[in-house]
Amino acid sequence: MSTATTHDAHHEEHPKGLLRWVFTTNHKDIGTLYLIFALTMFFIGGAMAMVIRAELFQPGLQFVNPQFFNSMTTMHALIMVFGAVMPAFVGLANWLIPMMIGAPDMALPRMNNWSFWILPFAGTMLIGTLFMQGGAPAGGWTMYPPLVLQTGNAFPFLIFSVHLLGISSIMGAINIIVTIMNMRAPGMTMMKMPLFVWTWLITAYLLIAVMPVLAGAVTMLLTDRFFGTSFFNAAGGGDPVLFQHIFWFFGHPEVYIMILPAFGIVSAIIPTFARKRLFGYSSMVYATASIAFLSFLVWAHHMFTVGMPLTGELFFMYATMLIAVPTGVKVFNWVATMWKGSMTFETPMLFSIAFVMLFTIGGFSGLMMSMAPVDFQYHDTYFIVAHFHYVLVPGAVFAIFAAVYYWLPKWTGNMYDEKLGKLHFWLSTIFVNVLFFPQHFLGLAGMPRRIPDYSTQFAGFNEISSIGGFAFGLTQLLFLYILIKTVRGGSKATDQVWEGAEGLEWTLSSPPPYHSFTVAPEVK
Amino acid sequence: MFVSKIKRLLTAVVGFVLLFSVGGASADYVLNLRQGVTPISHDAYDLHMFVFKICVSIAVVVFGAMFISILKHRKSKGAVPAQFHESTTVEIIWTVVPFLILIAMAIPATKALVVAEKPGQPDLEIKVTGYQWKWGYEYLGENVSFISALSTPTAQIYNKQPKGPNYLLEVDHPLVVPVHKRVRMMITAGDVIHSWWVPDLGMKKDAIPGYINEMWFNIEKEGTYRGQCAELCGKDHGFMPIVVIAKNEADYRKWLAEQKSKKAADSASADRDWSMDELKMRGKKVFASNCAACHQASGMGVPGVFPALKGSSVATGPKIAHINTVLHGRPGTAMSAFAKQLNDIDLAAVITYERNAWGNNTGDLVQPSEIKAAR
Repeated sequence: MSTATTHDAHHEEHPKGLLRWVFTTNHKDIGTLYLIFALTMFFIGGAMAMVIRAELFQPGLQFVNPQFFNSMTTMHALIMVFGAVMPAFVGLANWLIPMMIGAPDMALPRMNNWSFWILPFAGTMLIGTLFMQGGAPAGGWTMYPPLVLQTGNAFPFLIFSVHLLGISSIMGAINIIVTIMNMRAPGMTMMKMPLFVWTWLITAYLLIAVMPVLAGAVTMLLTDRFFGTSFFNAAGGGDPVLFQHIFWFFGHPEVYIMILPAFGIVSAIIPTFARKRLFGYSSMVYATASIAFLSFLVWAHHMFTVGMPLTGELFFMYATMLIAVPTGVKVFNWVATMWKGSMTFETPMLFSIAFVMLFTIGGFSGLMMSMAPVDFQYHDTYFIVAHFHYVLVPGAVFAIFAAVYYWLPKWTGNMYDEKLGKLHFWLSTIFVNVLFFPQHFLGLAGMPRRIPDYSTQFAGFNEISSIGGFAFGLTQLLFLYILIKTVRGGSKATDQVWEGAEGLEWTLSSPPPYHSFTVAPEVK
Repeated sequence: MFVSKIKRLLTAVVGFVLLFSVGGASADYVLNLRQGVTPISHDAYDLHMFVFKICVSIAVVVFGAMFISILKHRKSKGAVPAQFHESTTVEIIWTVVPFLILIAMAIPATKALVVAEKPGQPDLEIKVTGYQWKWGYEYLGENVSFISALSTPTAQIYNKQPKGPNYLLEVDHPLVVPVHKRVRMMITAGDVIHSWWVPDLGMKKDAIPGYINEMWFNIEKEGTYRGQCAELCGKDHGFMPIVVIAKNEADYRKWLAEQKSKKAADSASADRDWSMDELKMRGKKVFASNCAACHQASGMGVPGVFPALKGSSVATGPKIAHINTVLHGRPGTAMSAFAKQLNDIDLAAVITYERNAWGNNTGDLVQPSEIKAAR
């Protein structure tokens, strides 16, 4: 017994102060770093969204010039995608996967450290472009040539930061795959893994498959600009549309990278608060795999207007429609899990229910846009802006909120303030709809996206949308307050935390030991 | 407690809806997709409504089940969780039924797509070229071509004047087409990618350098139809509208004849010598609609993004270098090649203006004949 104690004590040793965080190889510390980084980027990207909504509050140019407006839309997207949502999911994976599969830590701890510590530098470089001659990138996060080649001095920094962010993601993905494949507790077969582990396993494969494709595409942009190649330059025999094909071959799987882990989170939370097992576990796994597989076959639905042949349009239209089937299965399974359960509605459950509903609304508008003949009308309008914000904000971001409320008591040992949590939920849910729902109408009425000023017929809905935007943005400061308050103290959480919670992470103490499972648990 | 919150939420939602309907009465809001004035736009609208209704029905069933469950199956009401968690039959049903619904949606979508993309014999062909930030139109075989740019005054954009009824959706030279004719648009671009879109015509096609994309429309009703560039194309992407005026055959012919005689008058006067005042006056207008977006009306440009012309080495250096820059542009920058966009007189005028405005007192006079020689 005494030897075991000294053994444990040895493992708890780590440098104090700042160096603890710089040199850490611990999955929990790195998870925390990822989450703090993501939250910081969420506020920076959010501040940019506030600039966008302020300029769009009324017709006419009031606050920023059109070039800077374009920089804001571009940087908002890049920061939210690569700085906020993706790192938040990697942070959750770091914290949770070892605890969920009964492992002591991630399989490759030093690479884990490196994959995180690339991020602040890549992020700083990206944000630094705001202060460069010619301004920050303003050609859209999609970086279409030839427009992106007109970027000023920021151009090579944009490319390099995308490279770095990609390298970080690939390393994170490798680590997650190796951990899941090798470090599961005895008895935990693949089909016994929690769905969050499953969805992350599939997401990690998507990342490894597509991040190099993006790196290739942006490298070709770099050589077009600086080394005289003409990959995308029509005058030199190249093809500007080629870039769009390569970009969206990355880009479509990328959007599922941002939603599959969210599916995993919601599949963990709903059964807990419905006090009933997840309905159709195996069909959930197969549906996730089908969505991932289909994501490689639908990229050109982002490009229905580039002038594809009819057969190409038909193929991509049918393939895109097919995605509704596995996605529908998931939604039906969640509803069936709630059905005849014994539900309570703590903050994580509220965010999960809102996720199911509002993500489904985003799914409906997605289905509408899969129809190529109507997509000619929807394409590049506020309709698509409404669509992808519905799947990313009340979709991915709400799932991250839900996850944080759900596991925060486990991580810190303290319960969050339930009253404030619920307030955060209701304000977020109401204002996210005030913010994004009117954008459907704007798109249908014909307002193109990425414009700093608009015809007066669009004024009313833009005003409502902006009000929703400011309120939603302010509400997130409440989230920050709740987090700080919980980390600093609060009523003590039990090991089980939630009455209905099941899974290995709930067998550990709250907060858990520095190394999760030094002795592998037995899974029956 | 939860129910009371739902009540409060419902009150908020109702209030929100009321807000909409009150505002809707006064400001002419559009809630739905436009029906448009071409067969393609009607197809798109019908399909939109069809899919929308399917989505609403599915939403009613799924969300309905969810809300019944949320209201009834709650612990506070003493609900005891059921034990079921798997059913292959149910999984098969909710895989197959959506698949069948998708087939029902795919059939009309396929039909509409085939019609929209069907090549047919056009009655009129127009080449459209997107530039940063204006549209070039060329009536093929008619020897009529012009540039169409935003005509909304800058003072309205910067809130110094009240905004007009067609704020940001008005141009100096609208595209004029006949009704009940199949018009084929051949769409390309001179610099970056743009997208030509008029919602009422039901179709949007990207204008891509090096590509010629095709689309067609057949307008059923005389009228003025407005649209905008739909693909991010740089700083003034929001400021390159499209205006299409559909006229009956006779009016269209009359308009075409006017354009031709104007063009003939222009090319006759291209050979004579122009005076400094004539050139500067015309040049100022050409500058305002073609150059001021970047180089600014003050000639100061935007530091770090668009170079100043005031005192610049090009505008005060050798004439021929200046002419060549304007004719051929600067590849890899936003400076486009104006050789194809402007005629000899306009080019001569604008270059003369640039060399003599804002204190660039070179005294140089550039004649249309010099442009012709430099082309």
